[in-house]
Amino acid sequence: MSKIVDEYIRGITTDNPVFGLVLGLCPLLAVTTSVENGIGMAAGAAFVLICSNMIVSALRKQIPAAVRLPIFIIIIATFVTIVDMSMEAFTPDMYTQLGVFIPLIVVNCIIIGRAEAYANKNNVFYSLIDALGSATGFLLVLVLMGGIRELLGTGAIAPFGHTLITVPINPATFMIMPPGAFLTIAILMAIVNYRKAKKLARGD
Amino acid sequence: MVEESLLAVLINGVFVKNFLLIQFLGLCSFVGVTKDLKSATGMSGAVIFVMTMAAVASFAIYTFILVPLKLEFLTLICFIVVIASLVQLVEFVLRKHVTPLYRSLGIFLPLITTNCAVLGVVMLNVMNEYPFIYSVVFAIAAGLGYMIAMLMMASIRERAEYVNVPGAIQGLPHAFLVATMLSMAFVNYFKVIPL
Repeated sequence: MSKIVDEYIRGITTDNPVFGLVLGLCPLLAVTTSVENGIGMAAGAAFVLICSNMIVSALRKQIPAAVRLPIFIIIIATFVTIVDMSMEAFTPDMYTQLGVFIPLIVVNCIIIGRAEAYANKNNVFYSLIDALGSATGFLLVLVLMGGIRELLGTGAIAPFGHTLITVPINPATFMIMPPGAFLTIAILMAIVNYRKAKKLARGD
Repeated sequence: MVEESLLAVLINGVFVKNFLLIQFLGLCSFVGVTKDLKSATGMSGAVIFVMTMAAVASFAIYTFILVPLKLEFLTLICFIVVIASLVQLVEFVLRKHVTPLYRSLGIFLPLITTNCAVLGVVMLNVMNEYPFIYSVVFAIAAGLGYMIAMLMMASIRERAEYVNVPGAIQGLPHAFLVATMLSMAFVNYFKVIPL
């Protein structure tokens, strides 16, 4: 039981796709102009990650090692096509917002990274847990970045039409423009680095 | 079909909608391969080359195979396979016939298969319904924009090696702070160039 919990938590903390492994930066910076877009992107990526991790893991003994990467990519591309068409049909607004970044989930390094590093070596159940962990880690970072940028850039966080927080500030449009994304990730990464250095200094 | 002029597509691709700094396509290489100017040049050269080839190949496959057979839903799978095999092909040809170029670009070619900038160009070509000439010009423009951003970033980071930055900001956070400044400069092209 504890191994299951450990594998799940690992995806959020030490192996966090963004802060631990520095993967999947393009969608992270591009779609986090609001919490809503962040959740949409995370949901799409999570579906692809979970499905492809399980399929890769189930087929791991049949896939010849020499051509495993092309096979992984085709498995991933299949699920991305499913996400692409479903989002176009059911959530057309979000589909236009996320634009080219939906098809680009296929080259998201998080997904191929987990397939290569984990699903290729472990059984279906643990691959599912691993995918859930990484997906949660990615979701948290996307929501955090989207939250910071939306709050400072528009003065309120309002995902899916429900206004959650408003602050009486002069909205800094800068934050929802491209440079704001670079600035936010720079500061977040600096904070993570600082915490890591402190932990090392304390010796644990 | 397309109301923009070719020049607009070119300038838009290089500056106004710069792939790295405005559209966030291809960021892995932007922070990964810009530690020195030489590898940044090699990577940009390889990307321009593959992007242009990919735009030609994907246009042909989309127009002459996928659309007539009503197989548009396979676009993504086809394009990713096309790019992967194209990169392989380019690698073989360069190694056999243009050895000096292969030596300078060689190690960057495999990285390009998973570079979202290349897939981004071909997907945007399809989404914008660009005709052939537009597709190629857009790919070249995107490649040039990529190169400009890569070279600026690499030059700055080379010099920043000698700067004493606080511990927590060293490495990636510092690179992203540099990117913030560069991106701020590029954002203003929205206002400068009225297209």
